[in-house]
Amino acid sequence: MEKQLSQKFYEAMKDLEPRYPNKKALILPALHQAQAECGWLPPEVLAEVAAYIGVHEAQIREVASFYTMYNLKPVGKNHLRICTNVACCLRGADELMSYAERKLGIACGETTPDGMFTLSEEECLGACTTAPVMMANDDYVENLDINGLNDWIERAKNER
Amino acid sequence: MSAEQNTLFIQHFWKDSNRTLEYYLKNMNGYEAAKKVFAGMTPDQVIDEVKKANIRGRGGAGFPMGMKWSFIPKNSDKPKYLVCNADESEPGTCKDRQIMRYTPHVLIEGLLIGSFAIGCHHAYVYIRGEYVREAELLKAAIDEARAAGYLGKNIFGSGYDLEITVHRGAGAYICGEETGLLNSLEGKRGEPRVKPPFPAVSGAFSCPTAVNNVESIANVPHIIRMGGEAFAGLGKIDKSGGTRLISLSGHVQKPGVYEMQAGSMTLRQIIDQFGGGLLNGRRLKAVIPGGSSSPVLTADEIDVVYDVEPLMKIGTMMGSAAIMVINEDTDMVKLLLRITKFYAHESCGQCTPCREGCHWMESILHKILHGEARPADIDLLVDVAGNIGGKTLCALGDAAAMPVQSFLKKFRPEFEAYVKGLKRHA
Repeated sequence: MEKQLSQKFYEAMKDLEPRYPNKKALILPALHQAQAECGWLPPEVLAEVAAYIGVHEAQIREVASFYTMYNLKPVGKNHLRICTNVACCLRGADELMSYAERKLGIACGETTPDGMFTLSEEECLGACTTAPVMMANDDYVENLDINGLNDWIERAKNER
Repeated sequence: MSAEQNTLFIQHFWKDSNRTLEYYLKNMNGYEAAKKVFAGMTPDQVIDEVKKANIRGRGGAGFPMGMKWSFIPKNSDKPKYLVCNADESEPGTCKDRQIMRYTPHVLIEGLLIGSFAIGCHHAYVYIRGEYVREAELLKAAIDEARAAGYLGKNIFGSGYDLEITVHRGAGAYICGEETGLLNSLEGKRGEPRVKPPFPAVSGAFSCPTAVNNVESIANVPHIIRMGGEAFAGLGKIDKSGGTRLISLSGHVQKPGVYEMQAGSMTLRQIIDQFGGGLLNGRRLKAVIPGGSSSPVLTADEIDVVYDVEPLMKIGTMMGSAAIMVINEDTDMVKLLLRITKFYAHESCGQCTPCREGCHWMESILHKILHGEARPADIDLLVDVAGNIGGKTLCALGDAAAMPVQSFLKKFRPEFEAYVKGLKRHA
């Protein structure tokens, strides 16, 4: 089977190997690294991670499916995750979610047809004192309001 | 009372330039505590100092930290591990994030001293996956410390070696539970383990392990530098030393992370003096005092000293010191549904009472909110909650049951109004 993961993946793993007493402990770091390369974790990539770790594919899928951050389906170029947990909800997160759905023309959990945006509901992001908060790709956007959300989406659209 | 707070952390927060090693050395007596340790303290002396400091774990359970370290067997020839729990995920909590962002070196020095105390040569920081930037900042600080000789081989010429690895989680509340965290660190699903054996005997990779919260470990350099007794004296209440970082959120004028001497303020003082009172002049309805799992308090229950034991006495808990303030306009049924939905989502699924019960509670609350419930469903809800709490491997079951039980005890008329058709969901 043709390799899906780059040399960079294997080098990053090689650097991490001495930091753990066994290779299985590299499963989470490997999945993070693989997802950073591929955007999501298709079955072929999970199989390649399994081969690298030296376990059955099912064992990798069992782990990957436990954690919400591993995308087992493709996601858009921009992944907006709006926290709707208590602190954010007290500060208007529900209105932000409705606004994002209208603005993007998709429901929470969906991806726009052009593949530009995925919208998700997020559980507590641990930034409650600057609520409401969304995670936009790898960054937090704090003290978010409708204008801020609108600006972020417009900016991302122009960067295509 | 708050004006003269003697604080250890907060004065160093909120400025990006404070996270450097240079700042730490110049303004926070950086690595002096570690020097003191390596200049001739024994591991037991370090543990004794931490015991004298009366520091309770800052992650939620409030277990005395020195005691936890003393459980690590001294005669075991297995490797020992210190694992820092940076999986900050109890809703309402965001204090550890500030330590990692603004004073990462105090955490690193704490890891160095703690590792020496329990005989660990490779410490792990398990950080929640969403804290991508915080993990990067922490790694950069570790590299900086290593380059300066505070980590790596033969630290301070003592012959002692230590490496620290930052390990990212991937989105699972349950990994904040220490044995779920250890399974996750080992590359497994983050399902909590059956205890005993406790981590001190068989933790990470089946070796003796201490798992401590970020804020707990970050206090260790302060303890060693000022001495356990002086640190204990910062606390204004028995059995609780040092200061507490508080995450204050919800309907207050000035939400934020604040710091107070343990036991020095009441919940009302925190809300008024730190939080500037309620937002937009609204009236207080309720307070969730220690993260979303802690039993809710009504507006007239907040003249309580904000610390572990006084809160326990009135039937709630300090947890991770995350205070969520709720005003009179809030629909408690809707809020409880949101809280319950969270626990249903985060239940790992191992224990039947939690896996099934959380979904039942969510679905009953959904019915109540949408006017589809029968009057008997309120009691059914209480019954289901009573069948989860205390009947599961880990505390997530209790965490899910306590909000339901307390909301229904204190705000029952709001639930009844829906059931009787007197109120409809907007």
